[in-house]
Amino acid sequence: MGKVVPITGNYAVAYAAKMARVQVVAAYPITPQTSIVEKLAEFIESGELDAVMIRVESEHSALAATFGAALAGARAFTATSSHGLLYMHEWVHWTSRARVPVVMAIVTRTIGTPWNIWPDHGDFMDQRDTGWILGFGMDNQEVFDLTVQAFKISEDPRVYLPVMIGLEGFILGHTTMPVELPDQKELDDWLGPRRQGYVIDGREPLAIGNLAWPEDTEEMFMDIQKAMEEAKQVIKEVDESYGKLTGRKYGGLIQCVGCSNAKYIAIAMGAWAGDLIEAVQKLRDEGYPVGVVRIRFVRPFPIEDLWKIINGVKGVIVFDRAISFGAWGQIYTDLVAGLAQYTRNLPVISNIVAGVGGVNVTHTDFYKLVKNFVDIVEKGEQPPVFTWYHKR
Amino acid sequence: MAQTRPKPPLPYRMRDIVLPGDAACPGCPIPMAWKVLAAVFREKMILVIPACCSSVVVGAYPGNSIKASVVHVAFASAAAVASGIAEALKKRGVNDVQVIAWAGDGGTADIGMASLSGAAERNHDMIYIMYDNEAYMNTGIQRSSSTPFGAWTTTTPIIGKTEHKKDVARIMIAHGVPYVATASIAYPHDFYAKLQKARRIRGFKFIHLHAPCPTGWRFDPKYTVQIAKLAVETGLWILYEYYDGKIHLSGPSRPYMDPAKRKPVEEYLKLQGRFKKMTPEKIEEIKKYTEMYWDWIKRHM
Repeated sequence: MGKVVPITGNYAVAYAAKMARVQVVAAYPITPQTSIVEKLAEFIESGELDAVMIRVESEHSALAATFGAALAGARAFTATSSHGLLYMHEWVHWTSRARVPVVMAIVTRTIGTPWNIWPDHGDFMDQRDTGWILGFGMDNQEVFDLTVQAFKISEDPRVYLPVMIGLEGFILGHTTMPVELPDQKELDDWLGPRRQGYVIDGREPLAIGNLAWPEDTEEMFMDIQKAMEEAKQVIKEVDESYGKLTGRKYGGLIQCVGCSNAKYIAIAMGAWAGDLIEAVQKLRDEGYPVGVVRIRFVRPFPIEDLWKIINGVKGVIVFDRAISFGAWGQIYTDLVAGLAQYTRNLPVISNIVAGVGGVNVTHTDFYKLVKNFVDIVEKGEQPPVFTWYHKR
Repeated sequence: MAQTRPKPPLPYRMRDIVLPGDAACPGCPIPMAWKVLAAVFREKMILVIPACCSSVVVGAYPGNSIKASVVHVAFASAAAVASGIAEALKKRGVNDVQVIAWAGDGGTADIGMASLSGAAERNHDMIYIMYDNEAYMNTGIQRSSSTPFGAWTTTTPIIGKTEHKKDVARIMIAHGVPYVATASIAYPHDFYAKLQKARRIRGFKFIHLHAPCPTGWRFDPKYTVQIAKLAVETGLWILYEYYDGKIHLSGPSRPYMDPAKRKPVEEYLKLQGRFKKMTPEKIEEIKKYTEMYWDWIKRHM
């Protein structure tokens, strides 16, 4: 059995990296990620974690060094936020295209300008095209669980792709909640030793990244697409086996709350999904047949799982905490594009973009928005396809 | 000039590690330098190469012209990736493999400067070699901060470069790393000895390797070594090592402490098309700058 400790979301990440026995951490400070690196530095200097810390001079180098360490056979980890993530963007692509397993925590924070330290999902959603597996937690326990699972997923031979785990800055990052840590020995057995597709450690000559002709390059990228498909199964298996180990099973790529016999589905990702679940619970008590789907993984996008839930419902309301300017929220966009392959008769789907720039959205907002959506559809009317919900 | 006895050949069998059939231009100094690396490290080296001529010289996938490990990395990152590799190897107990960041002057003096500085300050166990062809040659001869004063490039097309070359070796000395050296592809024995010394020192080692480029400097490919040699003989390029807080002048450069023993700068300039438009005033400026460089060397010996 594990033990329960009261820790912040950032510390949950640090504990997870420690319990996954990372060997190299390369990181650079940025609010609100910093306390992950601080905690890991403390673990390493106190001798609790047998790892090397590379205190790099930039985020670009943070991921570059993490890549180098992982390439050379070490289990490697880094974490960042917002501008740090944007600064390392070149390396985000490079790492996945080289198929090097790495885990990185993203403590989400609004992208500037203006300077803003509050959380939305803009930095995280910006990574959808990078070839990383993208998971996002709802509370500190899930953040811990997802982070250790990320190593297992990343290092699965069917996948060999890097994994990002998202959590909102401050809302989770700096908020203390009880987190159950598994038994180290049991976790070691479950996770197993480091696995990767290839190692460059000089023992035999091996080159990675040489100039490649278009056809060769395209085939390498097609393999990433295949690995993403495989990852769907791997994520479910990992959720399953981790569930056996800890008693916590989340449902794989999505989590459903009250979806069976729901006529309406509300979709959200991240900590505010907790507020949504609370609001929907109240609505259900009032007789509204609404369920919540919580997105746990944005990449690979769980369209099969979503279709199973959405097939037959009357309406879907999608909450996005980020926007692709000139289009819509990203989860909405991916959902509609994905559903189009199953049916020409989509249910009514509305997209609410909210909470951008860190604006606080509570369960009372969700209550109001979901209720309003259901009422309009029930009246036989068409709700707006897109609303930027702003409270002032 | 002092006559020296012919040196024994370096312990390297041609076509052992550096394979024929690469994609280098005729007269390219890069494979010449790699043969010296191979003489020291054999297959037991990991070259971390950012965007530069060398990323093309090794050839296209699935081919590779070096029988050693090569990691191609994003432009600004050679030193950072090498940091990660070096630490992982140490952690895993692999200690018979040399991690070498191999980067051009653009990838070192310009875009890679921050990651180089970071890795040097953290003193990771690696050798960083800046092979200096004095411009962005892979993209087609654009000015870098390491391009010398007066030189034509495609981005200094009419007037020539109006600033002097950035002295990266001196910047690395200021980092307090255990070993800094300059070298030249014309003096393989000197380069070899410096690599042998560097491999025995733990921590960050920096070698600034002068590497004339026939394509970019506009000279006949047969003159690569001769021009590299002239750079030393005119006193424009000074070979030295820095350790224990002092400059140690290397053998080939020792005679040229005395300005009277140096060949005229013009002999170096006139062989290169990039200096075709040099005025007497500009040549005077180069001479003045060279004197200042020597003064700095002498003060720190």
